[in-house]
Amino acid sequence: MRTHRMGVTLVAGLVVLCMGEREKNGTAQTAASGSAGAGDVAAQAGATITGKVKFTGARPVMAKIDMSDEPVCKGKYQAPPTKEDVVVSPNGMLANVFVYVKAGLPATYKAPAATAPVVLDQDGCRYKPHVFGILVGQTMSIKNSDGIAHNIKAKGVKNRPFNISQPTTMTTPRTFSAPEVMVALECNVHGWMKAYAAVLPHTFSAVSGADGSFKISGLPPGTYTIEAWHERYGAQTATVTVTGAETKTNDFTFAAR
Amino acid sequence: MSVRLLLLGTAWCVFPFPLPASPVPQDTTAGRAVYEKWCAGCHSETGAGDGPAAPYMLPRPRDFTGAIFKIRTTASGQLPSDADFMRAIDLGLPGTAMPGWKDRLTDRERRDVMAYIKTYSAFFADTTQRPTPLEFGKAPGGGTSAEALRIGRLFYDSLACRKCHGDAGRGDGPSAPTLHDDADFPIFAADLTQNWRFRGGGTVEDIYHRLRTGIDATPMPSFSDLIDQKVLTEEELWRLAQYARSLSPERPPEVRDVIHAAQLAQPVPVSPHDSAWSRVERYWFPLVGQVIHKPRWFTPAVSGVWVQAVHDGQSLALRVSWDDRSRSPDSAWLEHTGRVLASVASDDSTPQEPALWPDRLVVQFPVALLEGPQAMERPYFLMGSATQPVYQWRWTSGPIEDTLGAAGLARGIERFDPLVDATLRAQAVYDQGQWRVVFTRSLATVDTSNQLQFRAGRAISVAFFAWDGSNGETGPRMAVSSWYFLSLDTPTPPRVFVSPVLAMMVTLGLGWMVVRRAQRRAR
Repeated sequence: MRTHRMGVTLVAGLVVLCMGEREKNGTAQTAASGSAGAGDVAAQAGATITGKVKFTGARPVMAKIDMSDEPVCKGKYQAPPTKEDVVVSPNGMLANVFVYVKAGLPATYKAPAATAPVVLDQDGCRYKPHVFGILVGQTMSIKNSDGIAHNIKAKGVKNRPFNISQPTTMTTPRTFSAPEVMVALECNVHGWMKAYAAVLPHTFSAVSGADGSFKISGLPPGTYTIEAWHERYGAQTATVTVTGAETKTNDFTFAAR
Repeated sequence: MSVRLLLLGTAWCVFPFPLPASPVPQDTTAGRAVYEKWCAGCHSETGAGDGPAAPYMLPRPRDFTGAIFKIRTTASGQLPSDADFMRAIDLGLPGTAMPGWKDRLTDRERRDVMAYIKTYSAFFADTTQRPTPLEFGKAPGGGTSAEALRIGRLFYDSLACRKCHGDAGRGDGPSAPTLHDDADFPIFAADLTQNWRFRGGGTVEDIYHRLRTGIDATPMPSFSDLIDQKVLTEEELWRLAQYARSLSPERPPEVRDVIHAAQLAQPVPVSPHDSAWSRVERYWFPLVGQVIHKPRWFTPAVSGVWVQAVHDGQSLALRVSWDDRSRSPDSAWLEHTGRVLASVASDDSTPQEPALWPDRLVVQFPVALLEGPQAMERPYFLMGSATQPVYQWRWTSGPIEDTLGAAGLARGIERFDPLVDATLRAQAVYDQGQWRVVFTRSLATVDTSNQLQFRAGRAISVAFFAWDGSNGETGPRMAVSSWYFLSLDTPTPPRVFVSPVLAMMVTLGLGWMVVRRAQRRAR
């Protein structure tokens, strides 16, 4: 009888452990697929807004970046890298569009506490990621993977700005105290380096991938104003109503100027 | 009792002792009156830094609505302390259009205007901001020793200061061409050899403060985090500040009226590299924008020229050096050129398109040395006039060899007639952010009517003009100086020293004879 109970407890324990593992893997997947935001906070329940961002018109040609003055970075590329102001796929899908909930969250909504930092890496003299969301008060870990001198300037308007030096491989933490879309980030040693941080009071945001797709999940039921923001083509809004666990699609189209 | 009071009162009049201090008032209403009279012309009535005078300035006047300030003792991104604010108002920002108001406004007026300016941004009322001056400590001693400077230079390299400020500190680093401020106006990395133009002051302490706080709204970052994260120590950062200070002279250069050209026993040096120049005294002349003849130029890049001159009785050699962050024409700076032309108000009816203009220098003299009452009459300094031309030596930077020199007569800015002159030579070198040009010419030339004949013992008028092509400068858009003087000195002849001695001896001798005769008579 006792061995039998022990066996059940063991199996139960194993099951619980395995479920925990699956949960962790699930979180990692959500973080990787287009939805940027607060680290490993996974909202599995709730509605989803998904869609694609299309680009119409002549694709602008992005200039090559001359990294001759920075051999460490230049050496990381086979072919000379190009500027990333406008990234359009061969079949006309626009990447790096930041899609987020601008209005409509219930007054009772409280953002979960962020448990992990958002990592902004300087790698190959480029910021990775180029566009991202971050919670108010969440740590942004600025990482210098290049090991050569960069400065990181954050041009906040609602947030106080800062400009710090990282002359070597190191990580510096910073936080933002007020919601602001967008806080532009730049390096002045390498004039082409730019990134954009969307400081939000919630985690409902996504960045469109190379295929133009984005997905915002875990939304409580309601009518939302979502905004799609692009660094050159400006912002567009749309209204989407969701309930329960449904998925609604809303595409955006930006036209060449 | 009343006697005691009377005595006390008298004593107080003679030796006023301090009465209990009342809190310093800051009156925004009075401040507004001061602001509208003295500040709004540049900073605008809305405080946004776009007043009527602003389009003629680089850097632009501060935008108070963003509450982002350059010169502080507080951490990067923080508001300035009241002391920081008052410093900017009292002393101004050297090298910019912001003057110091300490001698122009009363203490009360300056405090009131500070209080008023704070109303332009909600950040000043935000009690969570709490601007706190950083703890700076004191500079370690021995900052000018060879070892200290060696350490300072080590950090100048490892912190990549050279990327913007260049290897010799003149602001010509590889990242310099793309620098801009937060409002996307073009901005220069400071020329560390001209510390009198540093916005926050040029002492070691001032420099250290900038390293710790960064200069907000510009590319200059703060290095305080590196101390917190133990990437470097406070002492090492002080050594960097001391090294940066060492790149500038001890005192700002004095402007003297006369360039003395000593006479050499050997032929004059013709190359800018010649080591003989290191023994020749140099003279500084400031240049300002040409704001008389349209199209005018309000934001010249060349702030001044260093001039050295020598002659050997046969030829004159004049060496002119000036700091220029770009060796124009240079396509790497074309974006900067466009930014400057788009940012600064111009007299052109259509905005100028940026082009690859060269760097240029002009040295200007009168055509002839006049005698008599006309001797001190000088031609119009801005390149002469139709009736009274000036004699000029012109140098232009070339794509390969920088030896394009020409002599000629200018009759105003628009007209220059080159002369066939076999004896004028020009050699130039561009070295880490500095041009050095040497002009050599025989003192006397065959063409005596169009070319100035140089003579010793005369005050010869001289003026200078410079263009930084990459800064959008061409034609009348240039930097100018006023007239100064050049004097070819001759060695002092020995009789200058012998004559007084002889005269003394003769006088004494005669006097002794007179006394002797008088004494004999008396006997």
